[in-house]
Amino acid sequence: MSTAAISISGVSKTYRTGFWGKKFVALDALSLSVEKGEILGYLGPNGAGKTTTFKVLLDLIRPDSGTLSIFGDPADQKARERVGYLPENPYFYMYLTAEETLHFHGRLRGMKGEARKKRIPELLHLVGLEHAKSRSLKKFSRGMLQRIGIAQALVNNPDILILDEPMSGLDPNGRKQMRDIILGCRDQGKTVIFSSHILSDVEIMCDRAAIIRQGKLQEIVQVSEMLDNKVAHWEITCSSLPENSPYEDCIVHKTKNQILLKTNGEVEAKKMIQKIEESGGRVLSFGPQRVNLEEFYNQSGKEEK
Amino acid sequence: MKKIAVLALNTFRESIRDKIFYSLLAFAVLMLGFSLILGNLTIGDEIKIIKDFGLAAISLFGVLIAIFVGISLVYKEMEKRTIYVILANPISRYQFVLGKYLGLSFTLMVEVVVMTAGLFVLCYLKQQLIPWELFMAIVPICFELQLILAVALLFSTFVSPFLSGMLTLAVFIIGHLTLDFKVLVASLDNPALKKTADVLYYSFPNLETLNFKARVVHGIDIPWTEFIFSLSYAATYTIMILALSLYIFNKRDIR
Repeated sequence: MSTAAISISGVSKTYRTGFWGKKFVALDALSLSVEKGEILGYLGPNGAGKTTTFKVLLDLIRPDSGTLSIFGDPADQKARERVGYLPENPYFYMYLTAEETLHFHGRLRGMKGEARKKRIPELLHLVGLEHAKSRSLKKFSRGMLQRIGIAQALVNNPDILILDEPMSGLDPNGRKQMRDIILGCRDQGKTVIFSSHILSDVEIMCDRAAIIRQGKLQEIVQVSEMLDNKVAHWEITCSSLPENSPYEDCIVHKTKNQILLKTNGEVEAKKMIQKIEESGGRVLSFGPQRVNLEEFYNQSGKEEK
Repeated sequence: MKKIAVLALNTFRESIRDKIFYSLLAFAVLMLGFSLILGNLTIGDEIKIIKDFGLAAISLFGVLIAIFVGISLVYKEMEKRTIYVILANPISRYQFVLGKYLGLSFTLMVEVVVMTAGLFVLCYLKQQLIPWELFMAIVPICFELQLILAVALLFSTFVSPFLSGMLTLAVFIIGHLTLDFKVLVASLDNPALKKTADVLYYSFPNLETLNFKARVVHGIDIPWTEFIFSLSYAATYTIMILALSLYIFNKRDIR
């Protein structure tokens, strides 16, 4: 079996908060592995432990128990040479310019001058900040800071990217650019784990999605399989319904000329079509609606409660 | 070592782009100018007044910069959340802390060099001589500033800048008074006071041991053994405080 890019095994972390040192379990025997070359979406409500997981991986927070490894080696200073990190709402030294920021991080990752001079203009082009390279970061908007954040994470061309809410603060154009960057990283064979509340992005980009709640891993789903296989319900659009129809409860939306109906089974849907047609109505469209990640996520949340 | 240098250079760049540094430096230079006026107004040896006042200004403004900038060294990084991106790089925490310390230490030395140059120019204008002997007071001032900076850094790793400022200032003041207090109490017949004096004397750095200003200005000889001992004492103390700062910072969760 090949070594996982990231392996988290039985990691627990409890904080003490407030004056009386009340215990708060941030991670509860969390085990998770991210395979080489995959994009894993890391989902969960606020305070579920997503950021803590990332910080434990980067040795910013020391776990109470459990082990963490990166490409089979302990997740220590040496292993971090292969990791790029974008924190949620990244903060940088505001007195530095965009270019200085990237040089600074490049130096901290042991990059030589020549390598930096070649790499940094490429990155500024990639994130669309060439025009602002000599501007100090205090004049940057939130979206621009997010872009410089992903650029610094990529500065030494790392094998793994850990991205905490990479889409936050970005406009639609910026989101698309960020998606393209992340997908481009996968094409280059990099491994990406990112947290997000924007489930449609996870659906588009991820191979798998892990859901964490209250510090525990609740579920891991193969996103493509889920989207291919699971039919959530069937939808029928028709021009009218028979009089005294028993399907009034199935109406989702009604306009002057169209009625949208929703039902769970295929057999029932076909019966409905037959009745509509017998009563002189016209079926305009009919088909299965696949389950999406949002429905799945909400469903798993309800089950937990 | 390279990464410490990268962090140190960046900290230096931060402080020289900081307005506080310039305002303190400007005040310090003004103080030197003021010593000229004071020298003219005072009866007695004018050059001694200038030297005395100049050395006091170097020491005072050095301490102010060490405290004002030093107290926020690590804490500000956590408060402003810049620390996450920095420590996610392949650097260790001790490299981070030492880099920050050395960067500010370099800034302090630049401040001392600028002020010393200013003082030398003043003295040269007055007596057409450069008072090289003042280095016997300035070098210990530099060691004292390093010690105070280490104390500020230590507090900065676990308490807010305001509290670290207060605590560092307290260490500075007590550090200058413990010896006097111990001598004063020795002549009294009060065991409790004597005990207090002992505790203060042994638990705080004795900063008076680095004060050679008066003797240098008045041309009194300073034995080399005493001079070397004082510098070694300050260096040892500084290293111990830095080690303690590293230990505390290494234990912390960067939440």
